[in-house]
Amino acid sequence: MESNSETKQHSLLSSESGIQRTQYPYVTGSSVVALKYKDGILMAADMGGSYGSTLRYKSVERIKPVGKHSLIGASGEISDFQEIMRYLDEQVLNDHMWDDGNSLGPKEIHSYLTRVMYNRRNKFDPLWNTLILGGVKKGQKFLGMVTMIGVNFEENHIATGFGNHMAQPILRAEWHENLTFEEGVALLEKCMRVLLYRDRSAVNKFQIAKITEEGVTISQPYALKTFWGFQAFENPTAGAEGSW
Amino acid sequence: MFRNQYDTDVTTWSPAGRLFQVEYAMEAVKQGSAAIGLRSKSHVVLACVNKANSELSSHQKKIFKVDDHIGVAIAGLTADGRVLSRYMRTECINYSFNYESPLPVGRLVVQLADKAQVCTQRSWKRPFGVGLLVGGTDESGAHLYYNCPSGNYFEYQAFAIGSRSQAAKTYLERRFENFMDSSRDDLIKDALIAVRETLQGETLKSSICTVAVVGVDEAFHILDQETVQKLIDAFEIVGETAAASAEPDAAAEEGAAADQGAGGDQDGAADQGVAPMDM
Repeated sequence: MESNSETKQHSLLSSESGIQRTQYPYVTGSSVVALKYKDGILMAADMGGSYGSTLRYKSVERIKPVGKHSLIGASGEISDFQEIMRYLDEQVLNDHMWDDGNSLGPKEIHSYLTRVMYNRRNKFDPLWNTLILGGVKKGQKFLGMVTMIGVNFEENHIATGFGNHMAQPILRAEWHENLTFEEGVALLEKCMRVLLYRDRSAVNKFQIAKITEEGVTISQPYALKTFWGFQAFENPTAGAEGSW
Repeated sequence: MFRNQYDTDVTTWSPAGRLFQVEYAMEAVKQGSAAIGLRSKSHVVLACVNKANSELSSHQKKIFKVDDHIGVAIAGLTADGRVLSRYMRTECINYSFNYESPLPVGRLVVQLADKAQVCTQRSWKRPFGVGLLVGGTDESGAHLYYNCPSGNYFEYQAFAIGSRSQAAKTYLERRFENFMDSSRDDLIKDALIAVRETLQGETLKSSICTVAVVGVDEAFHILDQETVQKLIDAFEIVGETAAASAEPDAAAEEGAAADQGAGGDQDGAADQGVAPMDM
């Protein structure tokens, strides 16, 4: 014990001491689903925060506005997302301080996030998130995502985490360019309901956010109507022979 | 013994509230050959007069591309101008690396001005001896700025700096109210005429001027000599006194040389009394 604390002290003083990087996430958020619709972008996420597989927190806001033109949704490490929000707020504040009317649009924010995420993974200290960035500026809709290793792309509809498996097929089948607001919300709720049924770390408390030329609106938390009496739910291992 | 007791230091005030070293730096801008800039709603045109230092040498570059959307024309110490345009290039490239979008012109100009200002407040530094006309486009349209060694910057509709720039300014002042709606080609024409105004008797040829354009839908580029000559011919812009005999020309040259006072070595015929540091 004594020698242990000594070596620890020594390692703090030494310039060649090893450093600890994030090797796994602690509190994580689940899927985020987002899509382009007629007037802008819609995004949905539940408010659960899992500590490992324990559903530890149930009011985590995982969708946030970034300046006037952008909306970010995050799955993965919640504290890393909070750190990312500090970076983004700094960017927005900087624009404000210039006071010259220029501001970063969703495209610029997305690019910036790409640099931050890829830079951190190159330090072998990644920010453990998958981020979705949506926004509208000067009539241009933008929807893109960035992963914890810096992979990034733009799409018409995006889902992170489990949503990439469960929601994306639904979106591929039903998404089209001219979705109205109501249709878009209905489609997102359909996705979230499937996720709620099948994703063990999802909770029935959601926020849906909308961004248009007019600005950002993030809904109050609400729950979806569920029905657990489906026959398929009764014996979940029936079709999975040999598993647990 | 000393002409001025307060001009040996950048940071020393004169009792009249002036910083002589900074003013001398601004004087260096006036000694340099002329540079002109003007803008419309969508375009900025930069133009300059090229002076070779000697009969045996070519002239130095005075217009630099900074990025696809920004360019500068300089007057004064070219060496300082190159340092500053390199700085502007790195700022632009870093911004577009981070944000995948072009750096707003106004921001670059402020950063540049801050850089110049620092030199006016540090005892171990000297001000930049160069004036920059920064032309560029961004989300809010076309912009033309003048950056001064003092750290001041101004936005202009049209401006001219460098030797005999007053003649060009007079021309621009007469015409600037129409520039906002000018076509790209009309801007170039006005730029060429403004350049001619600074020549004092010399004939305007493509070999002694450079013209560059940047527009909302047009990346910054320097027009090649052939194009410039064609434009000069098309607009029939020639020297005011081109038809006159050589006598007034020579007189003008002598006058200019006397004007500058510092042109000690009058070996090159091309050296029209421009101070030796002008390059």
